[in-house]
Amino acid sequence: MSLAPTMPSEALRMLRFDRVQRSAHWSNALLFGVLMATAIPLYFGSFFGVVLARHVVAEIHLWTGLALPIPIIISLLGSWGVQMRRDVRRINLWTREEMRWMKTLGETPLVADKFNPGQKLNSIFTAASIVIMLATGSMLQWFRFFPVPWRQGATFVHDAFAFAIFLVVIGHIVMALTHRDSLRSIFTGWVSEGWAARHAGAWLKEEQAKAGRTE
Amino acid sequence: MMSAHRDASISPKAPKRVPIGRRVFIGLAALGAAGVVFWASVANFFSGVLGSGLGGLLPGGDRFRIYSITGNYPTVSRANYRLKVSGLVHDPRTFTIEDLEAMPSTSFTKAFQCVTGWRVPDVRWEGVQLSHILKTVGVKEGAVALTFESYDRADTECLTLDQAHLPDVIVAYRMLGAPVTTEHGGPVRLYVAPMFGYKSLKWLSAIKVVDGVQPGYWEENGYPVNGWLDGTTGPTNPDPQLT
Ligand code: HEM
Repeated sequence: MSLAPTMPSEALRMLRFDRVQRSAHWSNALLFGVLMATAIPLYFGSFFGVVLARHVVAEIHLWTGLALPIPIIISLLGSWGVQMRRDVRRINLWTREEMRWMKTLGETPLVADKFNPGQKLNSIFTAASIVIMLATGSMLQWFRFFPVPWRQGATFVHDAFAFAIFLVVIGHIVMALTHRDSLRSIFTGWVSEGWAARHAGAWLKEEQAKAGRTE
Repeated sequence: MMSAHRDASISPKAPKRVPIGRRVFIGLAALGAAGVVFWASVANFFSGVLGSGLGGLLPGGDRFRIYSITGNYPTVSRANYRLKVSGLVHDPRTFTIEDLEAMPSTSFTKAFQCVTGWRVPDVRWEGVQLSHILKTVGVKEGAVALTFESYDRADTECLTLDQAHLPDVIVAYRMLGAPVTTEHGGPVRLYVAPMFGYKSLKWLSAIKVVDGVQPGYWEENGYPVNGWLDGTTGPTNPDPQLT
């Protein structure tokens, strides 16, 4: 069967992100956005002269930070999280081809999974940074329970990862804006089979096999 | 187990897969944890070898975080600045900044260490020892402690009389090689070297000699009244070059 990428049929579309995943993504994005926006005056406080409301900004930052893991945890738990859990497994497990593709920065051939290795790495980094920022942020807040050198370490790690998060998030947004079909799928959930054939061949095959089996 | 089954049934000839996600995740988390535990010693080691500088090269290193309780800076010009010293003293006085500068000055280089964890090494401080001011006004019998007030009308601090006589407790009018800036608590602030930063009250407006320790703003909010950097009950090694 040949898959003409131009064929715009309803029947030939595939659900890339279900409602749970889309809600989780955008809730998480909103929380990251608020954290990053409040981080700027916290970090450059003396720079912009916006210290005026530093304690207010810090309070918003803290509560948003504490809420950060909630959307992802909720989306993973319960009966509604099937797709989410399946994609976590997908992001975790890499084939040799994917590892080689990542090492050569996309130079080697790859029939991609639902997510390409770069996208997978972005998710893994995001997951790790949530845990790290939550842990070090809590240490900054409840510093009394930690020895002074650890407080110094927590400050450093919180700042260093914040820096990395800014780079990764900017990269993520640039990639999203330059890949319109992918971008649309995180709003609507859908991609065309043609898109899948071009960008996620392994996933397409997998879905077709599943469909064939259940028929 | 169930899930592994399901995956296998989806693609029977599935190629061998490696849990890269878990490895990278654990690797990053371990890196973060190591940073928390070891960063301070690494930074100290390098500032010993390179003569500081490492922290300054990295995001978040060696940088003041400017706090203010009121959300505002009181701006007091040099000309309008007054330090009122009162309470259990023989000669209550109000000093101008010129008065303070005319007193014997002390300068040294010491870190500013915040109780929440950030630290700025090698800060140059200059001012007059608090003990000298106390000698000038003459402390009366029965005096036990000092209270400090700020031009921000919010912050207060306290020191025992003994603490106030330590050689590296100063009323500072220069910091980082220049007059103390407004954001750092200028024109005149307290600098209590052997204690955490919250003891070094900014925008110092008044000193009162009293007959009992009165916890200040941060201490009312849960910080230790004796904010010794080493967490002990007293200074372990007052700077020998100052004694
Ligand atoms: C996207 C994630 C985050 C980013 C980019 C970020 C960034 C920052 C930055 C740049 C600072 C300023 C630190 C400084 O002055 O050196 C800061 C402070 C802080 N962060 Fe975060 N952070 C994030 C997540 C969190 C989380 C999850 C918590 C949760 C507990 C948290 C709690 C704090 C606290 C308590 C402070 C200290 C505020 C203060 O100075 O009063 N942060 N953060």
